[in-house]
Order: sequence, then C-alpha cells, then structure tokens
Amino acid sequence: MDLSSINWLLLLASLMVAATPILLAGIGELVVEKAGVLNLGVEGMMITGAIAGFATAVESGSPTLGFLGAAVAGALLSMLFAVLTQFALANQVASGLALTLFGLGLSSLMGQSYVGLKPPSTPKLDIPLLSDIPVLGPVLFSHDLMVYFSIALVAATWAFLKYTRAGLTLRAVGENHEAAHALGYKVVAIRCAAIAFGGACAGLGGAYLSLVRVPQWTEGMTSGAGWIALALVVFASWKPWRVLIGAYLFGGITVLQLNLQAAGLKVPVEYLSMSPYIITIIVLVIMSSGRSRGALGAPASLGRTFHATG
Amino acid sequence: MIRLEKRPNASKAWSYSTPLLAVLLTMIFGGLLFAALGKDPIAAIRTIFYDPLLGQHAFFYRPQLLVKAAPLILIAIGLSLGFRAGIWNIGAEGQYIIGALCGAGVGLAFYPTESFIIFPLMVLAGALGGWAWAMIPAVLKTRFGTNEILVSLMLVYVAENLLRGMAVGLMKNPEGFGFPGSRNLAQYPSATSWISQNAGLHWGVAFALIAVIFAYILLTRHMLGFNIRLAGQAPRAARFSGVNPTRLVLFCLGTSGALAGLAGLFEVSGPAGQITTDFNVGYGFTAIIVAFLGRLHPVGILLAGLLMALTYIGGEIAQSQLQLPAAAIQLFQGMLLFFLLAVDLLTNYRIRLKQGAAA
Repeated sequence: MDLSSINWLLLLASLMVAATPILLAGIGELVVEKAGVLNLGVEGMMITGAIAGFATAVESGSPTLGFLGAAVAGALLSMLFAVLTQFALANQVASGLALTLFGLGLSSLMGQSYVGLKPPSTPKLDIPLLSDIPVLGPVLFSHDLMVYFSIALVAATWAFLKYTRAGLTLRAVGENHEAAHALGYKVVAIRCAAIAFGGACAGLGGAYLSLVRVPQWTEGMTSGAGWIALALVVFASWKPWRVLIGAYLFGGITVLQLNLQAAGLKVPVEYLSMSPYIITIIVLVIMSSGRSRGALGAPASLGRTFHATG
Repeated sequence: MIRLEKRPNASKAWSYSTPLLAVLLTMIFGGLLFAALGKDPIAAIRTIFYDPLLGQHAFFYRPQLLVKAAPLILIAIGLSLGFRAGIWNIGAEGQYIIGALCGAGVGLAFYPTESFIIFPLMVLAGALGGWAWAMIPAVLKTRFGTNEILVSLMLVYVAENLLRGMAVGLMKNPEGFGFPGSRNLAQYPSATSWISQNAGLHWGVAFALIAVIFAYILLTRHMLGFNIRLAGQAPRAARFSGVNPTRLVLFCLGTSGALAGLAGLFEVSGPAGQITTDFNVGYGFTAIIVAFLGRLHPVGILLAGLLMALTYIGGEIAQSQLQLPAAAIQLFQGMLLFFLLAVDLLTNYRIRLKQGAAA
C-alpha cells in the first residue's frame, strides 16, 4: 500500500461532501426526536428524496428545483408517518419501519426510467476572497451551496432550540407531553410540524446523494445512510453541534476507507466497506455505556404515544 | 367532531378482522396504484391473489408457495417474540445471511463426502451462526444499554459485505470458472435441504411448522411466554413480578437470530442452492410485515406468511404476464404494513362521533 498516494487535502474536501447527506438527515431527525417522536423512517424518506430530487432535476434541468422537490417529497412521505403515529396512535417503531419499507419500494418504482442518467451538475460556489486562501481555501470554501446550507441549518436549529420561544415549546412537548398539553400547547400539531421538518431534511440529504455525491440514481443507493443518521443523533446526545462533529467524523471514515481501497490496501474491498457500519456500532456502544438514558440527554417522552384524554 | 375513546380491553372482534380489513384496503389502493401504472387493476389483483392458488397453472405455483412462505414464517415467529416484549430485532436479514454462511461453510467443508451426519451439522451451524449474530446486539444492549434497533440493522450491512467477500473469496467454487458463487449445495445429496422438490417440501417447511407449534405452546402454556407478554404490555408490573429483563433480551434476540439463521441455511441448501453475492432477497425485512400481519400470534403468522408468499409468487406472475414492475409489488407489501398499523386503531380505541366541540 502506498499511503503517500492519498491526497490528504483532497480527502478533507471530500469529507465535507461525504458528510453532508447524513448531516442533513441527522439534524432533521434531531428536531423530530426533540419533539418526542422517534421516526425510524429516515432511510425511506432519504431514498424517496434521492429519487424525487433526481427526477425533478433531470426533468427541469435545475438542481435547485431538484433539491426543492426532494424536500417536498420527504415532507409528504413523513406525513404518512404523522398520520399513523399522531392520529391513528400506532406504535412509532413499527410505523417508522413501515415508512422505510414503503419508501424503498416507492423509490425503486419511481426510479425505473432514471437508471443510468446523469443529473445536471450542481454548481460550485467559490466564496470570494476566502476561497483564494492557499491550501485551506479550496478545501473549506469551494463547495456547492448545499454544504454551506447544511452547516447553516445546524446553526439555525441550535439557535431555534436554545433561544426561541417556539424552540422551548418544542422541547417541552418532547420532554413531557402531558404537561405541555395541560399548558395549552397543541402537542399533535407541533409534532406534525417537527415530523415534516425531519422529512424535508431527510429528503434534502437523499437528494444530495443522488445529485452531488454519487451523482446518479441506483436502486437502494442510500444503503443505510438513514440509519447512520439515526445513530448520529444518539452519538450527538441530542445536541445540534455534535451532530455536525459526528457527521464529519463519519464522513472522514467513509472517505478514508474509500481512499485506502484506491491506495491498494491489502484487505478485500468487501471488508473495508464494512468499516463505517462497525464504527457506528462502536460509537453507539461508547456513547451508551455507563450512562443512563437521562444523562444521555434523550427527550423524556421520546417514542411514547400521546393521546389527549382531557 | 371525531373523538377517540380508549377501550378498557382490546376488542377481540376487531383484532381478528383488522388484518382482513388491511388486506382489503391494500387491494383497493394497490389496484389504484396498478391503474395509475396503466394496468388493468382487476386483472392485476386476480393475477396476484387468485391465479397462483386456483388458476390454470396453479399446480405449478402451489409448491412454490410453501418454499416462499417457510423462511418468512420461521423468521417472523422469532421476531414476534421480541416484538411482543418490546425488543426490536430488525436485523433478521443479517442473521439470515450469517446462518446461511455458517451452514453452507460446514457443508462445503465436507464436500464431497457423503454422510447422514452432514446435514444435521449444517442445521446446527446455521442456527448457531444466526444466534451468535443476534447475540451481538443482545449483549451490547444488556451490557451497555446500546439501542438494539440500530445495532442489529448496522449488522445487516456488515453481513451483506461479508456475504460478498465470501462469495468471491473463501467460498468461491473452485470449479466455477472464476465466477463468484459457491458450489451448488442443492446438487450435493448429503447437504441439500430438499425433501421433495416437486412438492415444494424442504426441511425449512417442516421447521417452520414446528416453530409455529412451539411458539404457540410457549406463549399460551409456559411461564416464559407469559413473562414475554407481560414485559410488553406492562413493563412496570413485569419488573415487580421479578421478570429478569436481561434474560428476556438474550432469549428473544437469541431465538429470533437462531430461527433467522435456520431460514438462511434451509434457503441456501435448497431453493437458492449456493452462496452468491445477491443471495439475500429481503426475507428478513418482509418477515417484519408478516409478524405484524399475523398480529404477533403464531397461527396468525402462519397464515400471514402464506399470504405474503402469495404476493411474491403472484407478483412474479404479474411481472411476466402484465409487465407489472417488481418494485410495484414491494410497494404493495409496504402499503399493507401501513394499513395494518392504521386500522389497528380500531382494536384499541372506540371512535365516537360527537356533536359540538369535545371537552
């Protein structure tokens, strides 16, 4: 193996691209879980976003419209989950799984005529001045708009949850839905809004995969990215900035693993490809060991069904 | 104004009829979907649900029904135990793969020796493989409190990569002209799970039936079964009555892993025949639908497994005769789970129509 053949600066730059899909999906799921809802359908919403965004971009020729379409598709799909869990009071774990299975089927049906096509390329946005900095400039400040958007979204989510009244209400609903209901907050409506936001983010993440990262449509192309986004939220102890750190760490591992494959490490590709999943498990174990659910920072009402009796 | 009122006890009548209602709704909406794809909905539904059972070529399709249903039932029975106790093993697909790899590994190691002992050893290896793979999330959950949903799912992707590595590496057929894939176990008399290929009978079918009976006895007649149900319905009461949650997690995940491993082994040594890169076809995930469709009840799962097998086979016929895309069938199955969860509301709640605003 020849480690010197790996361009470490290029690796840093591609790390940000590799991390963006799970960062987008992860920050969306964080808001959903902060509202006390566990949506395990991230994978399904991501892949539906991937094909919806791809199809919209190919048909319209505009990647911007593609991303928009993906967000709408993800949000629409998440509404199915909202109806099931918030109105039909179904089990959230089972409903999330249903959403994933449904999304996988839906996406492969929608994607049949799009296999092998090339999407319109998403333009790079060189930030003036900053991108001219030697070495760091091209690495950090010469990406497409979605990379910066995802970081801005993390900042916005953090500020929303920490400093706004609406954010506080959302957290209250997630911590104790009975109390929030007693105070007159519309628990179901707030949760539906959070679920829709999570769906839109997952859709964007999926579209980033099919429009920028890969970029083409293949069946089942998310290959667990949605699940990794779910793990990311646990890793982040439900804190927005830590989702960013986690996503970049994870993106780094993915990119490094791909580079090691290219550099000819004497380990078969199949075994190297396992590494992101194994590392996710190890991280989950480290995060959960020796600490109680409360210390981890999980919202107290997470995953519990709310039924207003009064 | 519609208001929901929680029933003091789950309705028996609805709990039997909701699965049927869900199937009916899926047929209606599936028909609409097929119509949207430009196919005759009535013909499509008939091709999927009627032709494999009673159509002109049914004699050819009926045995396949058992072949498809067996792994689904085996896996779903195992999953249902955990689901009842609130333990979510959704990595059955991975346990299925590992079971197949372990079992096939034993079989391939003995090739070309003929002995009656080889197949039982493979069965053992398959069950142990699946069990061990499921023990990873189980032990991590009991030791560190790690979420079993995410771990078991991550392990599916690990198992898939392992499968690919094995199919092109260690288990590759030395006489296979360099193509990926192992020797064909179905053509190795000591290692095949087929009892009668024409009747669609292999050992997996027999084991599926045995699993249904055992699960039924366990849940209705045994203390452990009672504890599983108790832990799911009233976790606090279960704790007070001394149910050991650690042992429950180990038992539920272990059993479902072993059953999924068995399903994988019977598949690889029979219908599939060999380890290939795309050996797994998603039975582990479809079994989740089967478990819910059967209302987590062994007899229900038996029927649900047969029904789901019907949609697989009917789907294949519809694919070749009506050019219905394979993905449409997948979507159809996903829809079924949606409707099941939605109409389940009727089992636990009464819907009251009230005049004016609700208090």
